[in-house]
Amino acid sequence: MSLRTPLGRVRGLGSAKEGVQHWWVQRTTALALVPLTIWFVSSVLSLVGAGHAAAVDWLASPWSATFMVLLIVATFHHMQLGLQVIIEDYVHNETAKFAGLLVMKGVAFVLGLVAVLSVLKIALGG
Amino acid sequence: MASDNRPLSPHLQIYRPQLTSVMSISHRITGVALSVGTLLLVWWIVAAAAGPEAYDTAAGFIGSFVGYILLFAWTYALFYHLCNGIRHLFWDAGYGLEIETAYTSGWAVVIASVALTIITWFTGIVALGGSS
Repeated sequence: MSLRTPLGRVRGLGSAKEGVQHWWVQRTTALALVPLTIWFVSSVLSLVGAGHAAAVDWLASPWSATFMVLLIVATFHHMQLGLQVIIEDYVHNETAKFAGLLVMKGVAFVLGLVAVLSVLKIALGG
Repeated sequence: MASDNRPLSPHLQIYRPQLTSVMSISHRITGVALSVGTLLLVWWIVAAAAGPEAYDTAAGFIGSFVGYILLFAWTYALFYHLCNGIRHLFWDAGYGLEIETAYTSGWAVVIASVALTIITWFTGIVALGGSS
């Protein structure tokens, strides 16, 4: 016999009220990163030894810029979800955990944002 | 918390490391390493947006001895995390959870990640030779 209410069970959100959201987004970003990573590595290989002009040329094309922005967003989203779990697993002091999570998420957001804006600057401004 | 001296489990020191357990913690370690590695990715993109001088500085670091060591380590970390991540996605879908299959897929990940790293660097070095 379960003591949970029928409504609570059908919502499936658990005590943290977010259900499997964290787990699920970690997996969907992982799935997106499989083709994006392969695309990125092969693209970077074609830019090996080429200078600034070639790199900018490549980033300026609409498809490269689109995939690059997707790669950056998926990477940093996946990264901060993963690092969050690691901090929650190993940091047991509540204050240190809270501060660590805030700093990590903040840094991840700033790094992702500056990378996306750099791609957009190249793609839109030339 | 009545007692702080209760035995804890899992007690890592008394277990012999296994392929599966070593690969599990390696997935985390490579994840953290790749997180640090994003700094290089961001530097490269920001430098490309900033201009040729900034780009040459970034490219100069990546092409240095230390840059090559870091890039090689990150290439392996990336392929390991990618291949083992696919292994994890199969597990999440409910496939390959038998112990024997977990070992087979584990060795496949080790071999694939090493092979992909070698192929990538071989291709890169050939490309570098051709461009200079």
